[in-house]
Amino acid sequence: MAANTSSGTATVSLPTDEQILITREFDAPRRLVFRAFTAPELIRRWWHAKRGEVTVCESDLRVGGKWRRVMIAEGGFEVGFHGEYREIVPDEKVVYTEVFEGAPPESAEAATVNTATFEEVDGRTTLTLLTEAPSKEIRDAIIDSGMEAGLQDALDLMEDVARSLR
Amino acid sequence: MARAATTADAFNAVAEPRRRQILDVLAAGERPVNDLVRELELAQPQVSKHLRVLREVGAVDVRDEGRRRLYRLNGRALKPIHDWVKGYERTWLERFDELDVVLEELKQEEVEDGGKHQ
Repeated sequence: MAANTSSGTATVSLPTDEQILITREFDAPRRLVFRAFTAPELIRRWWHAKRGEVTVCESDLRVGGKWRRVMIAEGGFEVGFHGEYREIVPDEKVVYTEVFEGAPPESAEAATVNTATFEEVDGRTTLTLLTEAPSKEIRDAIIDSGMEAGLQDALDLMEDVARSLR
Repeated sequence: MARAATTADAFNAVAEPRRRQILDVLAAGERPVNDLVRELELAQPQVSKHLRVLREVGAVDVRDEGRRRLYRLNGRALKPIHDWVKGYERTWLERFDELDVVLEELKQEEVEDGGKHQ
């Protein structure tokens, strides 16, 4: 049940200048976590991170297959990502490239290689998501984009607080 | 939001892998230079050079104890880096919280289907 979930325990670290490592434990067997992480109709339901509406969510889950996701963020701007699956081990591992559309240089050279691994112990699953960028600049730009989102969060919260004071 | 790219900020100080290694060792507690030399398997002048850079941005503090110089981590100086990563982390925290909801539903479905999808 909800009380058993591990909300808020994700950790983000920067093992090298080009990498971002995220880990998070889920209270579910890995075949379900893998499904939720790779099936478009399920991705659609969590990838928005409460920051907007997912308008496109497609994936051709096979090696060489393409995926694409677009979200209209609050405030109306559109953010899109796409890439290609490199390696798929059902329930265990998926390796895929990712390009942020619209960010210069929008090309294959700017793509990160993401490796998601799913490890199950006693019915709980640890997801490890490693993002490897081609350069420190691109890695930093990815984190910078999160900084903006975080700032937006802070502003939204401030607005809520301000409203409650009325 | 682009961060400032000065040469003497915490970001620059931790950009060097050896300096990150020093911070990792010091995260476990205060250490004399000799310990760092041994753990990093570097010559003392090199270790001292890295420690100087870390001291300049305030990432490590030093104090003398008898003939030994003891170095320790100063987490507050690394806070800008922590803050920088925080926004990115928050996006993923939100995503994972939503993913928890999806997983609860999938588990429920399996129970209702009597494990047909095993």
